[in-house]
Formats: sequence, structure tokens, C-alpha cells
Amino acid sequence: MKLKKFAASALAAGMATFALAGCQTAGTSGSEETAEGQTITQEAVEGAAQLELWTFVELHGEFYTTMAEKWNEENPDKKVQITVNVLPYDDMHNKLQIALTSGEGAPDIADIEVGKFPQFVQGTPALMDLTEYAAPYADDIVKARMDLYTKDGSLYGLGFHVGATVAFYNTEMLEGAGIDYTTIKTWDDYQEAGSKYYDATGKYFGTVDTSAAWQEGLLLAQLGGEYFAEDGSPALNSPEMVEALTILKDLQNANAVSVPPGGQPDTDEARAAYNNGDYAAAIMPFWFTGRYLAYMPEFSGKIAIAAPPTVDNPVNTSVGGGGTGTAVVAGGENAEVAAEFASWAKLSYEGNVETWNMLGFDPLNTSVWHDETITNNPDNQFVQYFQNNPFEPLLAIEGSIGNLDSFTNPAMPSVNNLINTQTLNDIFENDVPIQEALDQAQSDLENELG
Amino acid sequence: MRKLLYSPKIAPYIFVLPFILTVLIFWVSPLYKAGVMSTQKIIPGSVENVGLANYDRLFGDRLFWVALRNSLTYMIGTLLILIPGPMLLAVLINSKLGSERLKAVFKSVMFIPALTSVVVAGIVFKLIFSESETALMNQIIGAFGLDPIKWLKTQAGGFFALYILAAWRWTGVNILYFLAGLQAIPNDYYEAASIDGASSWQKFWHVTVPSLKPTIVFVLTISVYGGLAMFLESYMLYGGNNSPQNIGLTIVGYLYRQGIERNDLGYASAVGVVLLLLVLAINIPQLIATGTFKKEQH
Repeated sequence: MKLKKFAASALAAGMATFALAGCQTAGTSGSEETAEGQTITQEAVEGAAQLELWTFVELHGEFYTTMAEKWNEENPDKKVQITVNVLPYDDMHNKLQIALTSGEGAPDIADIEVGKFPQFVQGTPALMDLTEYAAPYADDIVKARMDLYTKDGSLYGLGFHVGATVAFYNTEMLEGAGIDYTTIKTWDDYQEAGSKYYDATGKYFGTVDTSAAWQEGLLLAQLGGEYFAEDGSPALNSPEMVEALTILKDLQNANAVSVPPGGQPDTDEARAAYNNGDYAAAIMPFWFTGRYLAYMPEFSGKIAIAAPPTVDNPVNTSVGGGGTGTAVVAGGENAEVAAEFASWAKLSYEGNVETWNMLGFDPLNTSVWHDETITNNPDNQFVQYFQNNPFEPLLAIEGSIGNLDSFTNPAMPSVNNLINTQTLNDIFENDVPIQEALDQAQSDLENELG
Repeated sequence: MRKLLYSPKIAPYIFVLPFILTVLIFWVSPLYKAGVMSTQKIIPGSVENVGLANYDRLFGDRLFWVALRNSLTYMIGTLLILIPGPMLLAVLINSKLGSERLKAVFKSVMFIPALTSVVVAGIVFKLIFSESETALMNQIIGAFGLDPIKWLKTQAGGFFALYILAAWRWTGVNILYFLAGLQAIPNDYYEAASIDGASSWQKFWHVTVPSLKPTIVFVLTISVYGGLAMFLESYMLYGGNNSPQNIGLTIVGYLYRQGIERNDLGYASAVGVVLLLLVLAINIPQLIATGTFKKEQH
């Protein structure tokens, strides 16, 4: 009798939980539907190795299928056929993480964003060591950009671009306010121009970001700072961080810049604001060229690219911003041919030319930067779009493009998350004093990392 | 075999066996596993026992407390919105007021949101509460001469949006629960009360509410759990798990961030265990206090 009672009440309790679980699963399966994203499939190739590739940028997918066709022409004995799955940024990284952890359902090749990369190579990485495959091209490639994806001497990801941070100016709008962008050299000049622009037009000149830290990265490189101390422990409240954020806060206080909708230029909301003429300048990594072409076609011929504003006597003028490490999942049936293909597509001279032609990236192989048949090709869509030649500012800062070692620290994803959700909002939206916000971030991070 | 199936002692257990098995496989074993994992540091390729270090880290983690506070605030808010409101609406629908057809339409309309995907609803609400001047909420307050507000970037605005989303979505469901409860109340009680000269309010307070107690306890229990386990609403409203200043960060959101986004499954398990204990700590005393575990009186 007693047992029956117990069983009955357990049953009732269990059923109630199930009813709840029912609501839960209904919700999540819905989210998967929208998260499906889209697929780009290459035309069927006979006898080819089938490779599945995940990326979070649609244009990257088109790049890979184009490169695969070229690869198949040159390597008839090692043909590949690529199926690209384009997924939203967070979804793709989360799914990949789960697939790698569980050992089920991972693709052959995956694009992993630099900010997320360290956690994918924790412990024994499920990714393939690509050192050997990259070796034939290594001499021509900017080494610092490959170090981002290197752990204990093994290369796990292949970079896409240098991502030199530059300034984009809408010259038509600047001229309307009597500003000549070529005179902007320092942050003081930038602030002066911004205030002048605001007084003349009532609109803000540039942005100060709360959901991305492109400008903080640039300033840290110019000031010689990092997000971590030498021993790898977090140093978010370092003097360099304080100085960098003070410079940006001063810009905001002088009405030179404001927080854009979406929190940073590379969001749908902010691109709409740019299109609307709400902002005239953007300080962004070089790959932002592609966003201008894709999302702001009517500004064709009006956007000029220049070296970014600097502090006095900068350690470096610019910094590599963002990045995508293409990784090959270890142990797959076609892992070897995937590694060969990916290394060729990303690192070979042909591949580097194509990253510029198709994606507008500043290629890792800097000899492309000096090949005038490519950089000055009048048929190139980017050459046509921008007012000056896009390589002009790049060549001017070549040799002074720094890199933050912080990005290889396993705690970097936590730092990114913390400053892009909390700290920058504190400072630029809620006027929390800079030192206080950074001290808070430092203590939060120390607590989180345990 | 035939004997076994027809045996009144054994047959019931065979019938509930599939259910028991699913509970064991999909509920009890993950629960146990999470308990074990919460004492480990898990890196791909290596698992290390760290005792209670994850819990130690958890209690010193400010963001965990932010998540906890948000979840509790959300839960209490939804209890205040989603129990009295739907109950009154259900009583109105069940009363003799208004035309039957109109009430049927009303019931369906209130229930439709529960059938829509939170994903779609979240995106629509995100647009409604967007910070641009042309967003619906800013147009509404604009009609009263107020300046546009960055709704989702303030604690109050963000929670307001979350409550509206919850009310929109769950009111219809709770109305259904209460209606089912109301229809089970024998009419004799009301007749007897009328003969004794009870007013409408007295009938509601002394007949309806006590008779609805089992329904209220049920709705309260699932709402406590639902409120504390909220994740998807905030995820969709903020277009991801990372809201400005963690306004929309919930316990489950923090679990997701640590476990899935950071790949720290040990730490995330500790968050999960704490969430479980918290729900039990609230629900069990509540169920005892409302007499759910007492023997049924015949």
C-alpha cells in the first residue's frame, strides 16, 4: 500500500515536471529552426572528397566555394566538394563547441573567430595541427597573425587577413562641414574635427562603441598596453587602459562621437544609422571595406580610407583587429585533404589575391600589397568604390601594425564578454568613472576566473 | 506472459515502466552526472577533481549574484502578474456576463500567443522596444510628449519588456488552468451561499478561491520554476546571451554562458546544481505549506 502511494505521488510529480519540460523543448526546437542559417553548395564534382564547412559570414562561404573550383582545376587527383553552412555568430561557435566536446556532428572545416579561439584549443584540442600544411607558405605570411592561432608551437587555425585598423571618412559629409580628413593625424585632431562637425551639422562625427572594443585595441597597441600582465593574469585596470578610455571618453564629452545604435559600427542597427547619414567616420579594421560595399552602396566614391588617429609617439600606429582562424577538425575521414585545401586557399599567393578581390581583406601575404597589377586593378570592386586607393593607407602604416598578444590568452573570451557587455556600457552610457568601472571589471574577472 | 499482463499487482508497473525509464535515463542520471561534474574541472582531454572549488568560485562571482537577483526578481514579478490577473479573467469568462460567442473569441485570442514561438515573439518584442524613435513603444510614449527611451539598455526598461512578454505569452495558458479549476466547482456551493445571502465578492472569496486552491498551487509551482528557469525570452529580446550590463542575465543564461559559450562544464554544472537546490528550497516548503503532501481527505 505504502509503495503504491509513493509510486503514485512520484508519478504525479514526474508528470508535472514533464509538462514543464514540454514547454521548454517546444521553445528550443523553434530556435533551431531560425538558427538553421543557409547553405551554399558547390556544383557537384565527381569523385571529390565531400567537405562540410561552417562559417558565420556568408561572403566567406562564397570565397571557399570559388577557391575549391580553382583547387579542383589544379589538383584533379585530390578534388574537393564543399558544402558551406552559414550560421549566426553565436550559434555557430556554440554548436561547434558542443560538437567538438561530444565528438559528434562536427564539420570538416570551421571558421572560428579570433575572440573565441582560445577556448577551442584548451586542453587537448579536437582541432588538427596544421603547422606542416602551412609550412610551404609560412615565409610570406605575417607571422604575428598566425601566432594568434598557435598554441605550444602548433598551428591550429589559418588567418584570413591582417585586419589593420584604419579610419574611414565620408568626404562629402566632411566637406560640407569644412573638414579635410588628411589633416587628422592625432586623437586631438580627431576630437577637434568631431566637435567642429557637430557644431556645423548637429550630428556626431564618429562612434564610441559599447559592444565591441576595436578602438580600445587600437589605443592599447598605440600606448604599448595589453589586457593581461606579463604573467598572463588580467590587467584590465592598467594605466594604459585608463588612458585609452580617457581619450575615448573625452571624444564623447566633446560631442565628437556618440554610442551608435547596436553599440558598434558592425551591426545592422548601426549600418542603418550610417546609411541615414548619422555618422561620417568609422575607425574600424580594414575588413570593414566589405561592409561598405555590401551595405552602403550609395556612398560609392565618397569614402576615403586613412591611417587611424594616433597618440603622440605611438608604439605602433595601427593594430590587427578581429580575425578568423580556419580550423580543420582532427580525425575526420577527409581531414588531410581538408587541411591541404584550407592551407592553400588561405595562405597561397592565389588565395591571398582572392581574399582581396572577393572579400576586400588586407591579405596576410604582404607581397600582394606591393603588386600594383592587383592593388590598382581598375576592375576591382573595392578600388572602384573607395575614393582613394585602399592600399595607400596600408602601405603608409606597413611596419607599424601591432598585434595584441592578449588574444592568445585563454581568458580573452571572458575579457571580451566583460568589457563588451558591462564595462563599456558603464563608461559610455552610464558615466561611471573610468577607474571605477575598470576596477570593477578587474575584480569581476578575477572572481570569474577563480 | 498472459498471466503477468493480467495480474492486477504487476500490470500497473508494466504500464508505467516506460515513464519510469525515461525519468531514470533523462532525468535522474543527468542530475547525478551534473552533481559529479560540479566537483570537477573539465578541459577537453582531461578531467580533474577539484572538490568544492567550483562552488567556492561561484559564491565569489559577482555576475552569478547578478544573475540570481535577476532571476528572482523576474520570478516574483511574474507571480504577481500571472496569478491574480488570469484568475480574475477566468472568473469573468466563467460568469454569466457577456455573450458566449464573444467570450469564446476572447479565450482563443488570449491563447494564441502560447502557440507562437518565443523566437519569433522575442524578435518582434525586440523591435517594439528598440531604441529608435520609430519603435512602437517610443511612438506610444511620444504621443504623450515624452522623449524616446533606450528601453532595453536600462534595468527597469529591460524588465518591463520581459514582463510584458511574459504576460502576453502566458496569460492565456493560466486562464485555461483556472477555467478548468472553476468548472470543477459544483454549482451547489454557490446556490447554498446565495441562500445564506452571500454577496458576489463573498462568494468569490469564500467559495471560488478556496475551491481553486489546487489549481493555484499548481500554477504557483510551475510559475516559480518557470520564472527561475527563464532564459529564452531574455536571449531573444537581447539577440543573444549578452545583454548590456547583464540586465537580462538569468541563472540559466549564466549556466549557458559558462558551460556552452566558455566550455567550462564543471563550473556550469555547479550553477545548475545551485539552481536546482534553489527551486527545491522554494517549492518544497511552499507545497508543504499549501498541504499538497497531506493525505487526501475522503
